[in-house]
Amino acid sequence: MTASVALKAVRKDFGTFTALSDVSFDIADNEFFTLLGPSGCGKTTLLRMIAGFEETTAGTIHLYGDEIENLPPDKRPVNTVFQNYALFPHMTVAENIGFSLKMLRWSAADIKARVAEMVEMVQLGAFVHRKPSQMSGGQQQRVALARAMAPRPKVLLLDEPLSALDLKLRQEMRAELKKLQRETGITFVFVTHDQEEALSMSDRIAVMSAGQLQQIGTPGEIYEHPANRFVADFIGETNLIAASVTAVDGLNVTCTLADGEVVQALANRALSVGAEGVVSLRPERLSISKTAPVDGLAGQSLQGVLGEAVYLGTDTQFQVQLAQSGTTDLSLKVRMQNSLSQAREFSQGDRVFVSIADGAARFLVD
Amino acid sequence: MAAGTGSGKTISATFAPLRLWLLLPSWLVIGIFLLIPVLLMLVYSFLTKEFRGGVIWEFSLAAYDQFLFDRGLFGDDPPQIEWAYINIFIRSILQALGATVLCLLIGFPTAYYIATRPIQTRAIWLFLITIPYWVNLLIRTVSMKFLIRDNGPMNDFLLGIGVIDAPLQLINTNIAVQLGLFYSYLPFMVLPIYASVERYNFALSEAASDLYASKWTILWRILLPVVKPGIVAGCILVFVPSLGAFLAPDLLGGAKTFMIGSLIEEQFKGNAGNWPFGAAASMILLSMVLVVLLFYARAQAREQT
Repeated sequence: MTASVALKAVRKDFGTFTALSDVSFDIADNEFFTLLGPSGCGKTTLLRMIAGFEETTAGTIHLYGDEIENLPPDKRPVNTVFQNYALFPHMTVAENIGFSLKMLRWSAADIKARVAEMVEMVQLGAFVHRKPSQMSGGQQQRVALARAMAPRPKVLLLDEPLSALDLKLRQEMRAELKKLQRETGITFVFVTHDQEEALSMSDRIAVMSAGQLQQIGTPGEIYEHPANRFVADFIGETNLIAASVTAVDGLNVTCTLADGEVVQALANRALSVGAEGVVSLRPERLSISKTAPVDGLAGQSLQGVLGEAVYLGTDTQFQVQLAQSGTTDLSLKVRMQNSLSQAREFSQGDRVFVSIADGAARFLVD
Repeated sequence: MAAGTGSGKTISATFAPLRLWLLLPSWLVIGIFLLIPVLLMLVYSFLTKEFRGGVIWEFSLAAYDQFLFDRGLFGDDPPQIEWAYINIFIRSILQALGATVLCLLIGFPTAYYIATRPIQTRAIWLFLITIPYWVNLLIRTVSMKFLIRDNGPMNDFLLGIGVIDAPLQLINTNIAVQLGLFYSYLPFMVLPIYASVERYNFALSEAASDLYASKWTILWRILLPVVKPGIVAGCILVFVPSLGAFLAPDLLGGAKTFMIGSLIEEQFKGNAGNWPFGAAASMILLSMVLVVLLFYARAQAREQT
């Protein structure tokens, strides 16, 4: 099957600054695809290049097999939901939604029908004759969505569309966007810096940093098997501890931390003994106990002193100070559910054992 | 919430006398520079003229009568509509409209250009636009005369590049007056348009382009409607003073380009004047301008709902 969007060796320079270097990937048809990264990583530039607002310095962009990187925005069958909506302030909701159809010279009757359909889709029936300034942020965002989807784009581009909404509304809209995408079958390319947003909605995520693609995969793959240190750090929370490999068995490595403790981990690529890298331990995959875990395997448990505990509602986050070695100060964040842990049993200064859940440790080299 | 409102009340109660004092300057300005002069003109227009300028304090409708009706040489013929002054008004309106259109055609692209420059250089461009206005209006109008006269630099240039074979005779024509008015009031067009284009969200143009609008359509259906308040403000600021202008018509035009401003000016200049008639003409001009502004205000109000 042809990819909905195919990027090949795409590069973008602004003067001497390289915003994107050599980005290549395919977005499948009907996919909810997310470009995720910190601000300045080039994700918005990439989206704007697909939309046609920025020219490519090098490389090609194909849309369902057709080369589009030289077409102006008004000749590309993709539509955009803008970050601050960019609704036309002098037009009503209905006029905003019908604008593209008018440009495409649909008949008045067809425009009316399609606008009615879109208004119903985003549940704004009562507002068709309002101007954008008379609506709340959430309603404006729905208008923007309806406006971009009205001309039945092959691909819908969304540039941080939820960032201007408050938390509660943002969470509602996530579910709604996902549902819309599934029902309409339109390919969504969604740009965000919010990893939670990306994990909760996407079929696949492309993690970007400093103009380069770091990893592409399903939310699960990216979270469980980060390709490198950046991805592990950026997606979710993690403990990154410098370590070196002391034994190798395929991708399973045994590594030694600075304090001499040993951890079994899964490496992100084939390594040999002596390789330097970091061990990534997700706080929620760790647990603490006062006694040594009975069935504890070698390399699955560490020892330390309990530091501060931070109550987070569903969880409590503990700081555990591992044995010190020289100047390196090793500490771990451990997160335990309040319903499971006996959080009150622990107090600062206790000597504790930290158990690593089976197969949770990752060894990452860049 | 309730506490907030309560304390708000206390504050406004405490400062009530102060507020009156703070408002005083604006009332003084409005009173001295707006109400009193306009009322004075209104009163004068209903007084009897004195032979050598000035007025006699005696109620009379003669000024308005003279403006509107022709009663023959001795004032005892049956009244007929006096077209002379009405024609001057119509001509003035056309001249002012022409100057406004000219200012808009040149002013809009200029303002757009400035507003789309990098933020550091915008101030320089605006400064360049306003530099000529540090020179007295009279001097500027005279210099325009030198610029466009038969053997002036403009004709030399056009002859030089071969666009024309003989010098254009612009002095004493409507075109000269238009150019004079254009030069006098261009910044009044550029500045308000600049202000609204600067505030324009260019993402709107991108959105329109994304929604299949051509460049031309974006200009007409998105940019112009959104910056319209600035355009209207600029047009009013150019049209109104152009309508009452007398320097440009006097210096650049001839007898055929006589405008309201000159008509009014004559009534108050020297001994031949007729103050009540000048005041009446001013009042008629003022009411016409007010009618235009009222229509605009109503159109604005309708658009808001």
